[in-house]
Amino acid sequence: MSVTTASRLRVPASVYALRNIVLFLMKSPTSLFGLAVLALLILVAIFAPLIATHDPYAQDLANTLQAPGNGHMFGTDELGRDIFSRLVWGSRITLTIIFLVSIVVGPIGLAVGAASGYLGGRFDTVMMRITDIFLSFPSLILSLAFVAALGPSLNNAIIAIALTSWPPIARLARAEAMTFRNADYIAAARLQGASPTRIIVKSIVPMCLPSVLIRLTLNMATVILTAAGLGFLGLGAQPPLPEWGAMIATGRRYMLDSWWLVTFPGVAILCVSLAFNLLGDGLRDALDPKQMNRR
Amino acid sequence: MSTRRLSMQGAIGHIGTILVTLLGLLVLTFIIGRMMPADPVRAMVGEDATRETYEQVFRSLGLDRPLWEQFFYYLGDVLTGNFGTSIRTGQPVIQDILHVMPATIELATFAILIGAGIGVPMGVIAAVNKDRWLDHVVRVLSLFGHSMPIFWTGMIALIVLYAKLDLVGGSGRMDQFYIGLVPETTGFLLIDSLLAGEMDVFWSAVNHLILPAALLGYSSSAYITRMTRSFMLDQLGQEYITTARVKGLSNRQTVWRHAFGNIRVQLVTIVALAYGSLLEGAVLIETVFAWPGFGQYLTSNLIIGDMNAVMTCVLIVGVIFIALNLLSDVLYRLFDPRTR
Repeated sequence: MSVTTASRLRVPASVYALRNIVLFLMKSPTSLFGLAVLALLILVAIFAPLIATHDPYAQDLANTLQAPGNGHMFGTDELGRDIFSRLVWGSRITLTIIFLVSIVVGPIGLAVGAASGYLGGRFDTVMMRITDIFLSFPSLILSLAFVAALGPSLNNAIIAIALTSWPPIARLARAEAMTFRNADYIAAARLQGASPTRIIVKSIVPMCLPSVLIRLTLNMATVILTAAGLGFLGLGAQPPLPEWGAMIATGRRYMLDSWWLVTFPGVAILCVSLAFNLLGDGLRDALDPKQMNRR
Repeated sequence: MSTRRLSMQGAIGHIGTILVTLLGLLVLTFIIGRMMPADPVRAMVGEDATRETYEQVFRSLGLDRPLWEQFFYYLGDVLTGNFGTSIRTGQPVIQDILHVMPATIELATFAILIGAGIGVPMGVIAAVNKDRWLDHVVRVLSLFGHSMPIFWTGMIALIVLYAKLDLVGGSGRMDQFYIGLVPETTGFLLIDSLLAGEMDVFWSAVNHLILPAALLGYSSSAYITRMTRSFMLDQLGQEYITTARVKGLSNRQTVWRHAFGNIRVQLVTIVALAYGSLLEGAVLIETVFAWPGFGQYLTSNLIIGDMNAVMTCVLIVGVIFIALNLLSDVLYRLFDPRTR
């Protein structure tokens, strides 16, 4: 997509591009699998009360650690709770994490990146040094440190993950903004007297949006694994919440005799994170095969 | 202006950037340390201390000073190598960390050997067979490694390979009854056991190392595979490859000697970066395998709220990351003639 056509047909071009992307994704079996799993996840989360066979919190101490089958599709845990129902309700927690992290990280990354790329100069230097600091940690380690500081809970885990995942987005938006900074239509807007804020909001941000959305999709796999890792270490969602990582953590004590306690939540995490990775991989191919990924 | 001078200027600018990043890192760990809910004074003096003792310790820790002043004390401490003492062991934190580090380095080194050993050939195979079924198989395999929650895979592997099939050692660095048999000289169990001539301990250690290292390596191979594939595709699309083929070189020679020869430098930098990311997986895998390394040290201190230990661990991870980034950059400049 060259700059000139983009400036002439801004909105239609992006809609057109989006349709092309979806068509491209549908052609690849792996991306299609990713899309299907995510659609399933959303449906399960929405219809959780209808799909779940038991109350996810209802304890049944007469039927603890029951093997799969016998009225409990995936068996029961150490308190006799139905694992299938807990997984179904847990999908809501997973979606909440994904949603909250995206709506925090997307706008922050976009705003910082677009402003740095367009304004340049000292603001850009300072912002990029800050992202450098954040990028010099693996995301789990930094999230761990933040959760330790804030105290372990699901909300704090989400905050910690959001705090650590905006810098790559900002980097990307900045790179995009820099390519548009000297475009003719930006110069035209500037000549008409548009303020920097207006140019950034109206002209730069919409251009960065597609690649930021793709990067967010790719990041979601990492976000899910980090959230599950925090849950596993006891620093994310706390029991009795049916968060998948926390379920694995409590099941760990019984894993040698009751393998189903850890197996099914793990499969759920694996499927969702794989789906995001496959989708992101397809999106990357659909857009730019040479676009490099920092992490 | 000579290119050499240009690259010198680049290097100086680079060092400046690194110093600024390091300073920012310290600010970040300082802020995290101060945000911690655990009361460091209470942790030191205990629950029944009198108000006077509490106040005294509070002041001796410098907590009554303004925040920026506290930061400069912290900065001074770090620069002189004083990272504070651990609340739990009463020893200097840095000493504790140096003690657990070899276990993690041993694990991570084996993991990266496995990861690169799988990742590089897979990436080359994928690139050579671009868009054919082998490419898709490699892609799914590597994405699989990238998508699995490593703590879960570790448990499943333990259930199947250790509890059911008894093929590998279980958790820990060696079998229970070998613990304490080998004197700790380097801290690297494999080296120590060889030095002591204890072959049984050595094989026990290998047996315990192989599973966590393989899992970590597999998870890191995703990144290595993807980058190898993309580097190889870049090379294979160039004209000198066509020339080589026209000259009548075999496919193997064209791919491995010409194309692969040109991406070796890039690969080294990628592997260096992947080595740093292993620390992340190590935190989780060490918990699952009860591996007495850096990751377990970090998480156990997080849970009890030992501020000095956590801050220092985070700082060390950051420094390792920056160092590896720098290393890969230097390697790149040194070995790639195009950057001169």
